[in-house]
Amino acid sequence: MAFLDIHHLQKSFGAHRVVKDFTLGIEKGEFVSFLGPSGCGKTTVLRMVAGFETPTSGAIRIGGRDVTNFPANRRKIGMVFQAYALFPNLTVEENIGFGLRVAGEGKAAIARRVGEMMELIGLPQLGSRYPFQLSGGQQQRVALARALAPRPQVLLLDEPLSALDAKIRVSLREEIRRIQQELGITTIFVTHDQEEALSISDRIVVMHQGIADQIGTPFEIYNRPATRFVAEFVGTLNLVDADVVEAASGRVRVGEVPVALNRPLAARAGERISLALRPETVALGRAEGHDVVLSGRIAEVHFLGSVIRIRVAIGGQVISLDTFNQPDRPPPDVGAPVEVSISDRDLLVLAA
Amino acid sequence: MTGKRICSWLAVALGGLYFLLPLAGMFDFSMRMKRGEYSFEAYRIVLADPQFQQTFGYSVLLALLTIVLGILLVVPTAYFVRLKLPGLRPIIEFITLLPLVIPPIVIVFGYIRIYNTSSVLPLTGTWLGTNLLLLFGYATLALPYMYRSVDTGLRTIDIASLTEAAQSLGAGWARVLAVVILPNVFVSVLSGAFLTFAIVIGEYVFAALLNVNSFGPYMVWMGGNRAYEPSALAVVAFAITWACMGLIQLVTRFSRYSTVRR
Repeated sequence: MAFLDIHHLQKSFGAHRVVKDFTLGIEKGEFVSFLGPSGCGKTTVLRMVAGFETPTSGAIRIGGRDVTNFPANRRKIGMVFQAYALFPNLTVEENIGFGLRVAGEGKAAIARRVGEMMELIGLPQLGSRYPFQLSGGQQQRVALARALAPRPQVLLLDEPLSALDAKIRVSLREEIRRIQQELGITTIFVTHDQEEALSISDRIVVMHQGIADQIGTPFEIYNRPATRFVAEFVGTLNLVDADVVEAASGRVRVGEVPVALNRPLAARAGERISLALRPETVALGRAEGHDVVLSGRIAEVHFLGSVIRIRVAIGGQVISLDTFNQPDRPPPDVGAPVEVSISDRDLLVLAA
Repeated sequence: MTGKRICSWLAVALGGLYFLLPLAGMFDFSMRMKRGEYSFEAYRIVLADPQFQQTFGYSVLLALLTIVLGILLVVPTAYFVRLKLPGLRPIIEFITLLPLVIPPIVIVFGYIRIYNTSSVLPLTGTWLGTNLLLLFGYATLALPYMYRSVDTGLRTIDIASLTEAAQSLGAGWARVLAVVILPNVFVSVLSGAFLTFAIVIGEYVFAALLNVNSFGPYMVWMGGNRAYEPSALAVVAFAITWACMGLIQLVTRFSRYSTVRR
């Protein structure tokens, strides 16, 4: 049994089922992200783990103990909120020491632990400040220290970076990961930002309409999306129409070009299916190992700095591809004829 | 100076005169007790009067008790209504406004009818009961001010997140209210408390009809029997009210922390 075991969890608000049969096991020390759009149920699952919502059915076990009916203040869970939720009337030190005071620890022990936590978040000199005297990034670090100070069993992070500006977001997410690994604490991180989830997680749960569409490592989620939703939500995706020639062996035709997918297809011969393709797997011109070559014209060129995104019109379809910027090779002109090549291994057949 | 500006100043000056002239006249009259000279003789007599000391002391004590009762009643109610029962808010607001709509004389007659000595709960039959009734009555009278102040204070902080943060750190409801919510609406509670104080200090109808010897009936008695002292008393009462208002400003300005960035 996993350290944090979420078993067939369901939650309805009135007639609306927000979470439908959610099951997940998280090992001790693992960092798992819940990724999904607004309203997919990710925050509701987190709030049920925290004890702020009561599941309609299902069970939550932490360390083998059923905590489903425990109130939030008896679950030994640390939580960090999007809006920081620091106590405005308490200083940084008092905020961090709050949980320890509630637990009835002695003054010396509290002071020692608060000192440790302030070192951990890199703000040892700000102990006597009030929250309103701190920047957003500093407030969120204090909130993290406050959640960690009472040595919780599980750390829950509810979109902790959403209210911060882009640069702080990147540095703070790296810091969260460093601290999590240093302490080895089991962590759930809720986000709608795929880059955040991909960059710091051991595993990602992609949620959609109240269910976990796919659970896997960032590498698996990105490269082998299980459903169309996962493929479309995580990263950018090209959808290419293909006509099935033979379903059993997976032979299809993209335009006039025959493609061997070498895997059985659920569709019948003659049917039209959609194949998915990441922009970075498409090469401009012919490339080694890319045996599917398509011809078209450059439709758009977007210079993004280190990467150039080119959109190529092929027949009635448009395929996006990414190439690295090379200072001595300017991007192609719009309207120029061009060939693109792909490997049939990179073509994804998506379940609905 | 433009004509528009002159008009504005004129309006302010007229309004100011309307409020200040009677006060100035009253203050002037209160200083003329000794024939042919200005003196604080009326104030000296009033402040030295043992009945003044007794009734004023009683009203101050009652005001403080009313404030404590008001806080105990209003803070948890406003908090839980905001947090868990937002649908009840219009109803609670309506109920708390009722003391402004129903005249105190009606309320106190209702009390006397319900709690008289031949009723199930004969509160008016004993000294303690009568005082308790007066305390409850004053808490009711102060409800519109106390509830609005506290509710406005709660609106300025994210009570849902603060509550959940405190709960996830192990705190129970009592601690959440006492350590997290109350200190953060303290300024609002204080402004409600000072208004309560000002109301209770000068209240007459409840005290007179329940036959309690507090500061309000004392002022009325003084007004009927003396010439200069009532004016002095009125000036003292005004000064107390203004001091309360000033304290609200002072506390708001010099609170150590703020939920909003300064």
